[in-house]
Amino acid sequence: MAEMRLIDVKKEILSDNQARAAENRELLRRNRVFMVNLMASPGAGKTSLILHTIRELQEAFRIGVIEGDIASAVDAEKVAAAGVPAVQLRTGGFCHLDATMISMALQEMELAKLDLVIVENVGNLVCPAEFDLGENKKAMILSIPEGDDKPLKYPLMFSVTDALVINKMDYLGGEADFDMTAFMARIQSLNQTVRTFKVSCKTGEGLESWTHWLRDEIASCRGAVPETIQ
Amino acid sequence: MHELAVVQSMLDVVLEHARQGKAQRVESIVLKIGELRDLVDEYIQSYFDYLSKDTLAAGANLKIERLPVVFLCKDCDNRFPVRLQEVVRIACPHCGGEKVNLVSGREFYIDHLEVI
Repeated sequence: MAEMRLIDVKKEILSDNQARAAENRELLRRNRVFMVNLMASPGAGKTSLILHTIRELQEAFRIGVIEGDIASAVDAEKVAAAGVPAVQLRTGGFCHLDATMISMALQEMELAKLDLVIVENVGNLVCPAEFDLGENKKAMILSIPEGDDKPLKYPLMFSVTDALVINKMDYLGGEADFDMTAFMARIQSLNQTVRTFKVSCKTGEGLESWTHWLRDEIASCRGAVPETIQ
Repeated sequence: MHELAVVQSMLDVVLEHARQGKAQRVESIVLKIGELRDLVDEYIQSYFDYLSKDTLAAGANLKIERLPVVFLCKDCDNRFPVRLQEVVRIACPHCGGEKVNLVSGREFYIDHLEVI
């Protein structure tokens, strides 16, 4: 009888996705494009934030959008109406985007003519957290009505994001029962390096802090000029 | 809900290593998955059974070792596990400090295979 033996693997389960994400990252680097992966629950304000960001940064940067949200054909139209190229991914009920889908979308874009690509991920706080797309930064939105307990319910997402936009600040003090101190303590426990931005896409409050951060990130990305490119 | 994509990716890694190791059959696969990963163990096994049909790994048993979410207290260096679904605040049980760092719980890898 054949003997049982062990084969040591010690390899990430999603290593195939990570390899493709690394290819995307290299493609973006060669083209000096900054890509942000925007994740949130449905209704948190992804499209509003994207449209605001386009308005604020459109003069300074050339922007493209990859629309991955399941029900966002409308969103792609809104974005296109704002005057930027948008690629709509047909995710067909998929719960997240992966690096292969992003690779296909990037092939449809003229990267040499872009500075910033915004990816609108599928609306949920679970699955998108697992998949590296090759982005420069991950950003997420948590809106006040969703509640201050969300970092405990969806800890992975809060622990992996680089930027956290707290949207619908105008709900604070109203009907929303949101303990900001407890919320921030939970965030700090899960993620020591995250940048947080308190905003309201409705009133415009705080949005300049978000666009300022993006400007700096894009500038430092474009400053890192790959000297090998002719 | 993303278990299917995860299992397909895992199977690819498993088959690659099994072939390299000249295995005739994969008996079991030991996975180390942190509690922060939202995956349903039962779905993983049933998706795996479906996807691995007619491969070296058909019928293999998945042994999923769940690794706890552990924080490190910045004040007293105590390491303590937390079940995040069951708490409202994350505090050190030793000194009560709330300045804590996440140190584990995000693991997501294939540790080893048992093969014939």
